[in-house]
Order: sequence, then structure tokens, then C-alpha cells
Amino acid sequence: MYANPNSIINPSLWPNGPAPGCFFNFPGNGVTPSTSNGGIITRTQSPVTTGTSILGIIFDGGVMLAGDMLGSYGSMAKFRSIERIIKVNNSTVLGATGDIADFQHLQAIIEQKVIDEDCADDGFTLKPKALHTWLTRVLYNRRSKFDPLWNTFLVAGIEDGEPYLGCVDKIGTAFSDSKIATGYGAHIALPLMREALEKKPQMTKEEARALLINCLRVLFYRDCRALNKHQIATITNEGVTIENNIQLDTNWEVANFVVGYE
Amino acid sequence: MSSIGTGYDLSASQFSPDGRVFQVEYAMKAVENSGTAVALRGKDGVVFAVEKLVTSKLYEAGANRRIFNIDTHIGMAVAGLLADSRQIVETARTEASNYRAEYGGNIPVKYLADRVAMYKHAYTLYSAVRPFGCSVALGSYDEIDGPQLYMVDPSGVSFGYLGCAMGKARQAAKTEMEKLKLKDMTCLELIKEAAKIIYIVHDEVKDKHFELELSWVGATTQGRHQKVSQEVFAEVERYAKSALEDDSDSGNDDM
Repeated sequence: MYANPNSIINPSLWPNGPAPGCFFNFPGNGVTPSTSNGGIITRTQSPVTTGTSILGIIFDGGVMLAGDMLGSYGSMAKFRSIERIIKVNNSTVLGATGDIADFQHLQAIIEQKVIDEDCADDGFTLKPKALHTWLTRVLYNRRSKFDPLWNTFLVAGIEDGEPYLGCVDKIGTAFSDSKIATGYGAHIALPLMREALEKKPQMTKEEARALLINCLRVLFYRDCRALNKHQIATITNEGVTIENNIQLDTNWEVANFVVGYE
Repeated sequence: MSSIGTGYDLSASQFSPDGRVFQVEYAMKAVENSGTAVALRGKDGVVFAVEKLVTSKLYEAGANRRIFNIDTHIGMAVAGLLADSRQIVETARTEASNYRAEYGGNIPVKYLADRVAMYKHAYTLYSAVRPFGCSVALGSYDEIDGPQLYMVDPSGVSFGYLGCAMGKARQAAKTEMEKLKLKDMTCLELIKEAAKIIYIVHDEVKDKHFELELSWVGATTQGRHQKVSQEVFAEVERYAKSALEDDSDSGNDDM
């Protein structure tokens, strides 16, 4: 029935089965998947243009998000005016770490969601927690198909008069807290934010801003994929303000004392 | 006025011997039975005013609105069968959404009017469906093209207008509109005139109670279509009611 180099193997034992020493294509797959995987289709990607940390903190009367404006192309600082923090509506703001293309794809979908809501004109607008839950569902379902959106999102806003800050990552892990940082910020900036919040749990807007700027400075010193130009978003009961293109003051004098890395 | 189309009026896929499609004409009759809607285009925007007839005092105020938002920058006022017009609204919203997904921006209202017209026309070609019993007026404003107003009727024909009226008192409304120099009027002036026209053409005898719906899109709203604010609405209503009392052209005077 089929040409089998090994004539000692009884053909009736496995007709059309794998022949030793030959490549075998499993039946029932229209597309030829990678045989090294045993034929299971996986599309888990590696991100291309990425954004680094986003920091978020709840202060007395609102929430503040900060993040730099860099889209890194691997180790190259390629796009230096990317807005990684966007306004969703008058009570919600979204920040993203990770693949910028995936973020922009979701951004277009969220923009249309907001327009559809406007059209309905029934007095209801998307609240931060609702956006957070929706994102969690989308990301979890994508990961379950082995085709994730390679991002970590921070959702910030005012939910029923109270400040809200939530985080979802690419595998769908979701939580909310009064201080969150994604990417390298979780390792470098979050301890600084925790310390400050322990000393003064109800910070003022100015104190929160100073804290975030300080954390961004430390991140610029220590994170190789960071930039010294960033955005700060403030959400209070009065509304949303996003300031762009804020430059950072840095002091590299200490670099003169570094020895041994020449 | 209307001729009997016996035998040639059973489906939209039939012509009559004198070349008419009666189903489409009957659909236009449905539009003529509804409350009047007017739309005016001026120097820096488009305004909509609708006479929403309220048949029972038991209805909640503000229910069954006849002016809709299509995307953020286009307003649509409807006349005719409200349920039919709701489907047109959904179709228009989907078209605007698809345009945004493909081209990344606001759909031009001329293009949307064409798409809506094509859609309504499609329903006049087959016996399996009936034409839409509604006319819609679409209006928008942007910095480059200025204000634009289009109306699509049940036959799927669309025109651009400086001022248009649909519904039971549209002839009277058109007469009032022709007295105005629409091209030079601002949105605030237009909305007052539009409300006045509705009050003038409203038939107190046949249709007792009505709710006035007003909306606009223009430079004053930064290109966003929205209902008129409470203060503006109150001011405009006052103007319209007082103008009705002392307006000697209202036709209520003895000759």
C-alpha cells in the first residue's frame, strides 16, 4: 500500500502511519504547522516595538499615571514620541507597557466603544472598573488561544466618586491597588512608591507628582529601555488632564566615579 | 391627490403602467403622517428641530427621541415609522464605524448620506421586502468643508440642502424657511428660527401635545453633534412661543 523501506514491519499494523526515519504529516491539519511541535498550532509572539514601565498611584482626591514616551525597537530607541497613556473618557485613563502595535489595536477598539456609547446618549459612560474587567476578559481569552496581546495595562480613573487603579497583564492576571507599576517599574519604582505611601497614605496631588517624577528619574538611570521624556496623567472628580513631553532633569555626575566598565 | 394603484401596488418589484412604483409612494405617505422635522444649514453649523407628537399623557417625557447621534460629528433627524428609522440609524452607525476602522477618521457626511441612500434604495427593488417608511436628514460640520445637510427619502434619493422639512407640515415649514436668509445665519439664530417654525406649523387642533426636540452641530459645539443645553433650550422655546404670539404671518389672523 505504501512504500516502506522496512519490509519487516507489517503494513497492516500501521497503514498510513509514521514511517521510521521519514517526516510525518498528521492528518486533519489544513495548514502545515511546525512539525517540531507535534502539529499543535501556536502563535505566541515576541513583541516588536515595546514600551517600558508605567507607574500609577492613588492620591487624596484622584489617581495619577506616569510613563515615558519611548517605543523601543529591541535595544534601539526608535520612536520617541509614542503616547502610551491615553484618555478613554472623562473619568478613565489607560496606560500600556509592552507591544505598541497590540496596544494601538486595542486603542482603536476602545475608541469605537466610546463613540458607540456617545451615540446611545443614555447618560451611561464606561467606568474604570468596567474597562478593567473587559480588558481582563479580552486578554485572558487571547492567551487561552495561545495568541496573546503582549501588553500589561494600567486602568486608572474615578469609579463612583472614588479613585480606582487596576492592572491586567498579558496572561489575564488582574488586580487593583493604590500603587502599581509595570515592567521594570515593578522592581525599581514600586518599593519607592510603597515607602512614600507608608509614610503618608493620603498624599496630595503635588506630592504624588513629585514621587512619580522621582521614580521616573531612577528608572531612566537604571532601565536601559527608558527615556527622559514622558507623560503624566491626572484624573480627579474634575476630569482628566494628560501632560505630554515633560522633560526630566538628570544628574550624571556620579558617572565620573564609575570605574571598571571601560 | 393619490391615485389608486389597484393591482400594481402589491410589491416593490412592480411598475405601474404609468411608470410608478406604488410601494415607494406609499412609503412616502407614511412619512407624511409623522410629526414635522426641520433641519437648517447656516454659516457655521446645522440645526435640527423635531415636533415629537405625544399621543398620551401617560408617556414618560423624553421617550422615543427622533434625533440621533451617528458617530460623534453627525446628527440624524427622522420622520416616518420610528422603528424603520431606528434600523437606518443602526446601519448608519455601522457604516461610520467601518469607515473609522478602515480610514482612521470621521466619515464625511456626504459619503454617509450616499451609503444610507444606497441602502434604502436596495429595499425598493425586491418583492420580498418593503421600502423603509422613513425619511432621514443627516447633518454635520467640520472646519474644512463647513456645515453640510443631506436628506434621504424612502426611495433612496438624497439631496444636499440649505434647509429641509419632512412630515405632516413640511409644505408650511418650507414656506417659512424660504423667508430666511439661511446662508448668513449663525447656529444660535438658526435654532431659534427652527423652533419658531415648528411652533408655527404645529396644528393645535389635530395634535394637542408635542415635545420639541432640538439639536445642533457646528463651530459652537466644536464639530460634535449634541442636544441643545438646558439654558439654550429654554431661551429658544421662549423666543419661539413669543414669536408665535406676535407673528402676523402665522396665518391665524383674520384676513
